[in-house]
Parts: sequence; C-alpha cells; structure tokens
Amino acid sequence: MAAYRISPALQRVLHAVKHAAFRSRCCIIVSRAQYSTVYDHNEKTFDKILIANRGEIACRVMKTCKKMGIKTVAVHSDVDANAVHVKMADEAVCVGPAPTSKSYLNMDAIMNAIRQTGAQAVHPGYGFLSENKEFAKRLAAEGVSFIGPDTHAIQAMGDKIESKLIAKAAKVNTIPGFDGVVKDADEAVRIANEIGYPVMIKASAGGGGKGMRIAWNDEETREGFRFSSQEAASSFGDDRLLIEKFIDNPRHIEIQVLADKHGNALWLNERECSIQRRNQKVVEEAPSTFLDPETRRAMGEQAVSLAKAVNYSSAGTVEFLVDSRKNFYFLEMNTRLQVEHPITECITGLDLVQQMIRIAKGFPLQHTQAEIPINGWAIESRVYAEDPYKSFGLPSIGRLSQYQEPLNLHNVRVDSGIEEGSDISIYYDPMISKLVTYGATRAEALKKMEDALDNYVIRGVTHNIPLLREIIVHPRFISGDISTKFLPEVYPEGFKGHQLTATGRKELLATAASLFVAAQLRAQKFLGDLRVSNTQQERRSWELCVELEKGVHMLGVSRSGFMTFILKVEIDGDKLEVSSDWNLASPLLTVTLNGIHRTLQCLSRNAAGEISLQYLGTTFKLRVLSKLAAALSVHMPEKVPEDTSSILRSPMPGTVVAVSVKAGDTVAEGQEICVIEAMKMQNSMTAAKTAKVRSVHCKPGETVGEGDLLVELE
Amino acid sequence: MAALAAVRRCRVLLHGAVKSSFRGSPSQPRSYSAGRLSVQERIERKRQAALVGGGQKRIDAQHGRGKLTARERVALLLDPDSFVEYDAFVEHRCSDFGMEADHNKFPGDSVVTGQGRINGRLVYVFSQDFTVFGGSLSGAHAQKICKIMDQAMLVGAPVIGLNDSGGARIQEGVESLAGYADIFLRNVMASGVVPQISLIMGPCAGGAVYSPALTDFTFMVKDTSYLFITGPDVVKSVTNEDVTQEELGGAKTHTAVSGVAHKAFENDIDALLNLREFFNFLPLSNKDPSPVTECHDPSDRLVPGLDTLVPLESTKAYDMLDVIHSIVDERDFFEIMPNYAKNIVVGFARMNGRTVGIVGNQPKVASGCLDINSSVKGARFVRFCDAFNVPIITFVDVPGFLPGTAQEYGGIIRHGAKLLYAFAEATVPKITIITRKAYGGAYDVMSSKHLRGDVNYAWPSAEVAVMGAKGAVQIIFRGKNNQADAEAEYVEKFANPFPAAVRGFVDDIVVPSTTRRRICRDLEVLATKKQTNPWKKHANVPLAGKKGRGRR
Repeated sequence: MAAYRISPALQRVLHAVKHAAFRSRCCIIVSRAQYSTVYDHNEKTFDKILIANRGEIACRVMKTCKKMGIKTVAVHSDVDANAVHVKMADEAVCVGPAPTSKSYLNMDAIMNAIRQTGAQAVHPGYGFLSENKEFAKRLAAEGVSFIGPDTHAIQAMGDKIESKLIAKAAKVNTIPGFDGVVKDADEAVRIANEIGYPVMIKASAGGGGKGMRIAWNDEETREGFRFSSQEAASSFGDDRLLIEKFIDNPRHIEIQVLADKHGNALWLNERECSIQRRNQKVVEEAPSTFLDPETRRAMGEQAVSLAKAVNYSSAGTVEFLVDSRKNFYFLEMNTRLQVEHPITECITGLDLVQQMIRIAKGFPLQHTQAEIPINGWAIESRVYAEDPYKSFGLPSIGRLSQYQEPLNLHNVRVDSGIEEGSDISIYYDPMISKLVTYGATRAEALKKMEDALDNYVIRGVTHNIPLLREIIVHPRFISGDISTKFLPEVYPEGFKGHQLTATGRKELLATAASLFVAAQLRAQKFLGDLRVSNTQQERRSWELCVELEKGVHMLGVSRSGFMTFILKVEIDGDKLEVSSDWNLASPLLTVTLNGIHRTLQCLSRNAAGEISLQYLGTTFKLRVLSKLAAALSVHMPEKVPEDTSSILRSPMPGTVVAVSVKAGDTVAEGQEICVIEAMKMQNSMTAAKTAKVRSVHCKPGETVGEGDLLVELE
Repeated sequence: MAALAAVRRCRVLLHGAVKSSFRGSPSQPRSYSAGRLSVQERIERKRQAALVGGGQKRIDAQHGRGKLTARERVALLLDPDSFVEYDAFVEHRCSDFGMEADHNKFPGDSVVTGQGRINGRLVYVFSQDFTVFGGSLSGAHAQKICKIMDQAMLVGAPVIGLNDSGGARIQEGVESLAGYADIFLRNVMASGVVPQISLIMGPCAGGAVYSPALTDFTFMVKDTSYLFITGPDVVKSVTNEDVTQEELGGAKTHTAVSGVAHKAFENDIDALLNLREFFNFLPLSNKDPSPVTECHDPSDRLVPGLDTLVPLESTKAYDMLDVIHSIVDERDFFEIMPNYAKNIVVGFARMNGRTVGIVGNQPKVASGCLDINSSVKGARFVRFCDAFNVPIITFVDVPGFLPGTAQEYGGIIRHGAKLLYAFAEATVPKITIITRKAYGGAYDVMSSKHLRGDVNYAWPSAEVAVMGAKGAVQIIFRGKNNQADAEAEYVEKFANPFPAAVRGFVDDIVVPSTTRRRICRDLEVLATKKQTNPWKKHANVPLAGKKGRGRR
C-alpha cells in the first residue's frame, strides 16, 4: 500500500478544499494527503446516514460521508440551529431544547428524525448515545444500522466487572484485583489486604473519575468504600464497587482496533494519552515514545483477542495502563470512535470513519495486519474554552468574536465544529477543536505544534492554549518522561503560564515597544490632508519606558532608513533589531527579532499604552509610555483594588447547585459556601477568610455568569 | 457664582529660582547696567516664573492630590516640542485686597494658553493652573482663553480646554463674571465651526460649568474632578441634603446619571493619552472633511460571524457592540457616553480609514427601545457628526419608544423629537442597516429612507412593521377568535424585510457578512455628496426643558 500517494479522487477533494466557499463550510481541512485509503464508489454503501451528535465529531463524520457520496442528516437542539454541523448536513432535524437530556439524548426524537428523513444508518460519534445499548437495540428493531459494534459488545465492555472477566478469559493482562462485587467495607479491607496496598476502589458502572478512590491503608479503604458507593449510587444509580491494585504513576496507552463482521480484526497501533487533567486527556500522540515493537505487538495482539472474544465489529479502543517496567494492564474498552482518533489516521493513513461505515454495511476489512504502517508522528492538542490557570482548566463560555485556525501551515489538521461568531455555551462540552500536527519525526511534529498554537487566533473566550503551548515544550514531555501525573508533578502549585527567560523578556519588551512606535507613526498618517504639519520633523527615535510584570525598563528605539521599517531597540545595553510588516489590523504579529522569527498575537492595545501580547502561548500585559509620561506617572494616585477576600465571585459560568450559608452565619476559612455546577462538574466555593456572612446573592437553581457576585463576607 | 465653595484662598507665594524641566528661552549672558536689571534679564526672570506657576510648594501639593500641573498636562497632550505659548507675560489687573502686590502677580496668571499639534494636526489649548490662585478665573485669565478661541475660529482648528479651576476670582468681582460670559459667547459662536473639547481635571464649579456644557465633548478624570453648580455645603444649607463632592458631581455621577460628561478616565495621564487618540477621529473644522488615516484593515473584509449573530427568536438579545466592533476598522470604536442611556450606542470609528459616527440601538439593554435619555444622547451625537462632516452609520434594532407615565410626563414626545429632528436635518452621508426590529415611529426616527437616508439596508432578519405581531393582531382582530392564526399570518407578512424592500424603503437586503464591504463602497460613493437645507436664520430644534424632578 502506497501511503500518502494522492489519488485522483483525493486530488479532487483537495481542489475543492482550496475553494473558498467550501473552506468556509468545511471544518476539517486537509493540507496533505491524509488518508491513503481509496474511496471505492462502486462499493454499494448507505444512501443516507444520520449523525446523532453535534460539534466537531458530527462534522468529522459528515466529511467522510461526503467523500463516500453518502447524504447526511444532522440532528440539533434549538440553540444549535445555526451550528456548523447543521449547515454542513444535507438535511437537519431539530430534536429538542438545549439541555442534552432533552435533545441529543432524546431517543424518541432522534428515532422520529430517522423515520422522517429515511436515514438507513446512524453514526453516534462519541459521548451521547454512542455506547448506549438501548439506543442500538431500538435502531436494530427498526432495521436501521448502527455504525458501531453490536449490542452485546457494548454491554459486555460497558460493565467494568464483566469486561475484566472477559479480558481475563481472553488472556489479556488485567490489573490484579477482586473480580466480583464488593459487599461491604469489611470485605473491602480483606480484599485490599489480599491484593496489597495501594488499591483503587471504583464504581462498576463508573467513568470519568467519578466514584473512584485510592486507599493506602485499611482506614482509607473503609472511608473510600463509603464515599465511592455513595457517589456511584448518585451518579450512576448503581452502587456496585470493585477493588483492584492501584498502579502508581502509570502511563495511559491505548490500542486502536478495527474488526469486521467476518471475524477479521486488526490493531492500528497505539496512542499515548498520558497527559491528563482530572482524568480527561489534554495532549495525545501516536505512536508512543515508550513502546518498543515487542510491547506494541503484545498489546496489539491482546487487544485483538479481546475484540474477537466479544465478536467485536467496528472501530474500538482498548485502554491499558503501562507501568515503568512496560508491564501493561487492561483498563477498559471503548466501543466507539475516540476523540483522539485523528492521530491514528495520520500515522496509518486509514480513514476510521470510512472503515466504520464499510464494516457496518457488512464489508470485510481491506487491509491485513502487515499493511498497517507507522508513518511519521502525530500530536493532538485538545483546544478547550477553559481557563488553564484555574485547576488546569475550568470551563469558560462566550462568543468567538474572532476565530482563525492555523490552516495556513502545512501538516496541520484542525477538527472543529465551530466558526467565527459561534457561541460556546454552558450546555455542551467546551471543546473548541482538536489541533493535530504531523511530521516525519516527533521533533518535527512538535515544532509544527508550536507554530500552530502560536498562529491559532481565538478571541472572545478564555482558552487553554497557554497550557498546551507549555506542555509541548517542557523538557520532560520532550524526553517522553510522562505519566498520568504529569501536570500535578510539573506544576505542583498549579499552572502559572510561561515563565519568561532573560532573552524572552527582552524579545517581548522589544516587540511591545516596536508595536507602540509603529502605532504612533501610523497615527500621524492622514491621507490627503493638506493641514498636517510640514514643519514638524518626523521622529526617528523614541525613549520609552515599558512595564512588564512589575519590572520597569527603559528602552531606546530608533528607526533606520526612510522607507524601511526596521527598529533598533536598546534594552539594558543589548541591541535588538526588530522588523515586521507592522500590520496593525491583523491579530497575528509576525516579527523578526535579531533574525529569529516569532509569531505573537496582539490581544489588545489602547491609547493609555497598555498592550496585551500573547507570546509563546501565554498572555503578557505590558504598558508602554513615553519617558515623560512614565516620569509623571509617579504622581498618579494608586487605585485601591476591590478587596476580594470578602467577596466571593463565580469563577465560571454555571448553575448554583447548593448554598450552604445564609446571611449572619459565621464561616471559617476554607469552609464551603456554595456549589456551582458547570459542564457537569461540581465546584465547591470556599471562604477565603474566617468571617461573618454579610449577604448571599445567589440561590440554588440560579444560573450565574463568570465574575457574578455570589456571597459577601464582612 | 460667588458662592464657590471649592475656592480655597491661596496663600500667595513668590517663587524663587526653581529649576524646571521645560524648555525656556536660551539663557542669555547676564549684563547689568547701573545696578538695574536689564530687560533681557527681566524677560528671562518672568519666563522662568511663568514656567513654575504658583511655585514648587503648590506644584508638590498638586502632585500630592494625584494631579499634574497645567504645563505637564499640555506637554503630555501635544506632540513633543510643538507647543507655542501665548500670553506668558499677561498678569491680572486687580488692585483690591492687596492683589496689586508684587508677590501676588504671576506671569501668565492662572492659565496656560497656546497652540500646538496632536499627531501633526493643529489644536488650540488652554490649561488652567490650579497652583495660581486655585486656577480661579480672572479677567486676564478669561482674556487669554478668548484670544486663542478667536484665533482657532479664524484658522479653523479645534479648541481643547483642560479645566482645573476653583471658580471665579472673587477679588475681581464682576470682571471675573464678565470673563465667563466672554468665554460662553465664544463657546456658542465656535459651536459647529470648530470642535470644542473639555477635559475636567479638577474642580469646575458654579458658572464655570457652563463652558464645558457648551462644548461638544466633556470628559472627566475619575476621583479627582468634579462638576457642579453649587458644592455640597451650599446644597446642605439650601435643601438639607447630605451629599459628598463625588456623589454630587464626580465622574461616576456625570457619566452614568446626569449625562453631563461623555466619558471618564482613570487618571490625568490616561485621560490625556486618550484625548490624543480621540482627537485623531475629529475633523479640524466644519470646512474640513472627515479625516482619513492609513488603514490596514481590508475594506472588503467579510465578517462571517455576523451571519449567525442575530438570534432566531426575536425576543432574544444580542450585543450591538459585537456588530459594531466586527464591522469597523481594526475593532477600534471610541464609544461616547458608554455608561449613560445604554439602550443606544454612539461613538466614533473608521471605515477604510475614514472617520464615521456610529449610532446603534442596543438590544441588550431595555430591548434597545428609545426613551428620553437615549433620544437626547443620540440627537446630540448626530448633530455633532452633521456639523463636522462626519458620515453617520446607523444600526437599527428598535422595538419602539418606551411606554409609561414616567416617560410621557417626562416629555418623551419632545425629547424623541430631538432625535428625529437631528436625523432629518443631517446632510452628511447617512447609511442605515436594519439588523432586526424597526417598529413604529422609532423606525421612522432611526435614519430611515424617509428622512433622507442615502443608503438603507436590511439584513434578512429585519422586520419593519408598525408593531410586533402580537400587539398588531390584538388590534386588528379585536375580540375575534383565531388570534394565533392571525398572528402567524401577520408574522408571515410583516416579520421580514420584504414589505419595506418592495416599496423601496430599503435599497437592498444584504447578507450580514458583507455589510462592511458594502458600507466602505457606499462611503466612497457618498464622499462627494452635496445637500443643503433651506435658508434659515437658524432652525428651531425642539429643545424644551429637562425631565421633571424626582421622576427617575
């Protein structure tokens, strides 16, 4: 198989992609031959597929459908009526109001949409109904194909206890532990001692870190049992728990499998997903730096044997924990298309959605195991609308007032379901996009990721690019020394943004000063105005004072030549030459500093000399003043900022779930005051000091915005 | 006017040879003759004295209050080395109460005047000096201001006043009052001829407040500036109200409650730097065209986000500022009165480099309805633009005028008429975009085709109708059944741009994302527009009194 040779069909697609009208509608732009698979239009496939999902994954599925000549049906909630996935689809059906339980999880409405549009198959994407056996059953009852495994496999792999038993039987390495349901705390302690500490207690029906506790001794085991069963009961309506050995400091590596309805199965190599926060993946890559070919094959073969054990058909993912000695243990199997599937597509050349559709239609696999390559390296960054400075990411919402994906770069793929003007709302996952870069080597892919993140323009919502940009250049990440604890270990005090080096500081100062000068010069350019002074000399040098992170620097800037726009900046005896096109309208600011190219972003700039620059992912606030203004600013009154310790504001938009205090109560420092739920996460708001409650400004059930006043203390 | 609480009697100091950082005249070789100072030496001494105003101690006190001196302000406001001072040798002429004594004379008196450049363009400036008699206004002080105003009128250049004055020079009595009146007269004569801007940087009380009130724009500095007719002490003695200076006439009061000031800034430096930025938007006089600066933002830039901005439900709000920011050059919008009557948004921006005035209903606040305050705010802004050749772009999403007794008793009829009058009278290029609702009389008012709108567009989401469907159906089909069906029919008929488009009341229905491109092209076409109103002595805009007291 000749990977990456551009087929004529693909060439047509690429041509279409270059067409502007198509580009504005299409969420995934291919800047290289991404798939080596051939779209055989003679292969009889479905005529029409309904995509029971939203956002980027709905767009992703539709893109392949279009290539295969399949008509698409979108479903959407009423707030999503203008969403990209709706515009992309051939037909769209509204399935209910904004809350997911009433729309994207509303099986009745989705079944109606299927009947109404005559869709022959349903692709569920990920999340929502993708691993819902009830939904798969209802589709089967109406003769509609479910593009995914059959009900039996979903059920078997959906239950942690059952899946573990099946895995064991299929000779898959499993974590030492108790295979049955734990009756009570005493039994939990007995089992824990048998396995040996540390142990993990988790809900059988669980997922996403809920109902999970780690215990290092008997006492913690009893406590963990109690908490986990409560949480499991409230979150999943099922309090069954299991106990297993806790693998300390593990890596999370998963194997992509593909199986057809004829008993064939393949493993499509691994994805390294160890960089996580709160059990959610942030940066993924394929392949993993950690696996040698033997381990890879062993993991791949076990994954395939598990798939065969449950008669799996479609794409699936077998997740493993891998310890430092390359021992690997089965964690769980996801019976759907994974969020991070694009990196596997990049290194194998396979279009996984196409394969899923073919398999669902009953076609056998096109490839043999020997034909599955690892070509190059792919990295995926999950770009989220969240504030990385708050527990590595608390959701934020807003309207994308400006949005520009870095598609001007080669070997960059962006899977997104939003566009400029889209709203990131509290109702859905705050993911903006999946940014994937590809290279012949890991270093190449990482360099590309740096460029892509620097060129990604997102305005209107807080995003996690600062964190992503730091992770990919961290020495531990670059050396491949990572585990699921990477973030808390590298940033024990929480993420604080990029820490400037001496050179970085100078680059930043020089850029800000040069931008200031460029804006000053432009402000004097009145076109066709005869009344602008001719006697006033054009300025060629400036003495400026630049403030950055409480440090004040004196800079000399001089302009050389008449037509050229090269500025020489002097900082503390060092000289920097800064050149740029100084386009003051562009959100991107490309400068050359002493011959080194950098892409910065100017987030804001005002008359008072305040400039916000995004440099190496992190936003820095600077203030540039003339020497005179800086000298006089010592006289300006210091404005006292609001005392925030006595005021509790919502750190994010969400819903107030509970308020634990009332006016007049005395609260201790650290005591819970109220709970805000956002994006299905409960956040406990605590008092910053011991004080009496003056007033309460929120009540349970109320929706609050970021920065809204919740409670005032005295 | 004599009751100026803020005037603090200044102990007059004679200043020694204080070093100044400002450029004086080059020092001359000293030449003494017959024990008497040479003229050259006297000139030098006077100049030096003028530079330090009330002396170092008073300068330190001014700095201690978080304020800059009159000269420091001028230096920050104008381009480096561009200030040309007038009347540095003028002294007050009062001879009562010991004022004639040498130590009570200050070269230049309590104001610094002259001309200079802001980004190369001419401007006349006066800057009141609080260090000299508390910046109080003497006959000489007024005369200096009048001189530069007269010259500004002659050459056609804006006047910027930096106000920091305790009020009238009480020692001078009627001479001081006469000075105020002389300034007021010039303010009125210059109105509509050259732009006039006031920046209040300290106290401004009593009759003095009327000069800023007559100028086109009044800006304030937060925490250090006050504007009121009578100070808190007098208020207490007359009405028995307890009120602080800040509450009575601080920046917050005037930018959010009274609407006297158009914007406030953090401190002196912020204010002056912003004023430079603001000045760049303005034409120099009524004979100059709207300025055009170099623009890096492509005039044909599409704004895809606008196609989905207006919510599908007509009851849902959106932010008109999102529309404005994304359409204008470089998202650069200088909003005027951002904290007052927020249901209408006004301010300056540029389209392809050319200054334009933007007026927009704000659906986010009170559904964007027109009420007394928003009408007056809009009218004043439109009239400024028209007076100074600044094209007006109007974004319409208005459900109508705000109903209710408070509004009717307050005179919404005559106040609403001001906005109607302003739009109708304006002869500058007028471009109107109906983004959603244009209901009732408010449709007519908002720069409609009927009021000589040059180019009027509707977005596909536009609804031009007498009122919303529900209300209309209740009237048309009063007491009849099938109201729901009738409502649906009304929506079908009127809740779209066609009724207006088929009559030519909108020139085209445009895709929102192309709006910027359309406006830029239209402005180019309209640049040579010439339209005159019939000859009249002056028009009679429905000024009428202010809103009744106690009804807020």
